[in-house]
Amino acid sequence: MRIGVLAIQGDVREHRRHLERLGVDAPEVRRPAELSGLAGLIMPGGESSTIGMLMTESGLLAALRARMAEGFPVYGTCAGMILLANRVEGSRGTSLSWIGGLDVTVARNAYGRQVQSFEADIPVSVLGEAPVHVVFIRAPRIVTAGPAVHVLGRLDDEAVLVEQGPLLASSFHPELTDDLRIHRYFSAKAQRFLQDGAASLAT
Amino acid sequence: MAQKMNQREQGTAGVKTGLAEMLKGGVIMDVTTPEQAVIAEQAGAVAVMALERVPADIRAAGGVARMADPAIVKAINAAVEIPVMAKARIGHFVEAQVLEALEVDYIDESEVLTPADEQYHIDKWNFNVPFVCGARNLGEALRRIAEGAAMIRTKGEPGTGNVVEAVRHLRTVLGEIRRVTAAPAEELGTLAKEFGAPLELVRRVKEMGRLPVVHFVAGGIATPADAALMMQLGADGIFVGSGIFKSQNPAAMARAIVRATLHYNDPAVIAEVSESVGQAMPGLEMSTLAQSDRMQERGW
Repeated sequence: MRIGVLAIQGDVREHRRHLERLGVDAPEVRRPAELSGLAGLIMPGGESSTIGMLMTESGLLAALRARMAEGFPVYGTCAGMILLANRVEGSRGTSLSWIGGLDVTVARNAYGRQVQSFEADIPVSVLGEAPVHVVFIRAPRIVTAGPAVHVLGRLDDEAVLVEQGPLLASSFHPELTDDLRIHRYFSAKAQRFLQDGAASLAT
Repeated sequence: MAQKMNQREQGTAGVKTGLAEMLKGGVIMDVTTPEQAVIAEQAGAVAVMALERVPADIRAAGGVARMADPAIVKAINAAVEIPVMAKARIGHFVEAQVLEALEVDYIDESEVLTPADEQYHIDKWNFNVPFVCGARNLGEALRRIAEGAAMIRTKGEPGTGNVVEAVRHLRTVLGEIRRVTAAPAEELGTLAKEFGAPLELVRRVKEMGRLPVVHFVAGGIATPADAALMMQLGADGIFVGSGIFKSQNPAAMARAIVRATLHYNDPAVIAEVSESVGQAMPGLEMSTLAQSDRMQERGW
């Protein structure tokens, strides 16, 4: 099975390493044609404005939207989640979504600047009893989530790991630790898409 | 209230090096005003470096170059969503404390400013904010990492618009990494001694086959092709100092350098983005620089 990693900018290497440890091929994706033959796509951390702008310019954004309309699984971490969100709040007000599809409003850098970045343990019941140790870096905050969005993990009372059909998104970075469970969870989703098609992932 | 909160650990090594990981493949641009910061952000910069003057102007002005006025740093912080870095003088830990209090996202302990201490660099472990430091070779890079740097940039020669020193320093570091990875375990101690670097970090380099932190390049990058050259040579990303706002058309140059950094392996794209981008900054030939004007010699 092949799960692509969007390789415009950001921590591409870390996501690829996690997927490869799970025995999944993880080609880099920069161009629209590189989406073909994939069972899913991970969008890494980075700067969402840089990644969104360059995806738009190369036609990759439109191509990915078309794939997503067929139920293609995508996991966005941090910047990747901002790209998936339907609404993005920043210091200059609410802006249009980049790719969209995930019915949430996210606020950029809403956990504070870099000096407030942190590591924490998040309980995620679908991944078993042991909490997931993850890293929040200038993280986006999920401010509101629509009814189709399932919250899989919370920090205090706030959603930080969410799922909506074929889409998975986290405020944090599981790829910066050695815990592979979230990548395994997403790989299983991609496997179902490959075997049983989009209907198996519909909410 | 603390009982209910999940335990949050700030300022960990994972958090500090983590931000640098997110910058990979990107371009970090020197800016001196909030307006320039917005131009950089809109062009696709992954971070900006807040400064009072770009290196070419520091070079021209002479005298002592210091940390930027906090008013400039605050205004730039407020103007953009992307991370803001700022420079402290080598060894000037109080400038670093001030920048941390201003909540900059990264501190560059930089040879572009006049050093405050000619023996000791800042003890960077004491800070929650991460540091990037310059290096010309592997030993210098590993000494900075041992002091707590969470990111390295090879130095080049700032403010010259001449990429030759940046190439030299990147090739030197990568060549020395190849020596370490090729050496058997029993030779690492002697290599550590030769490089003046901690053995533990030399071992990490051998294990990883690269620097243990993210490795950008800086100093003299002035065109899209310069940026792509550094990426093809193996850099994780690019700092552009004077190269953007000393060029004829900063917005176009900034965008072109961002695109060339992404598509660094695609000459057709580099050709396309280089066309009609306006004049690059004027360059300086190295042999015209007096030894005392070479910023790269600062730091030890």
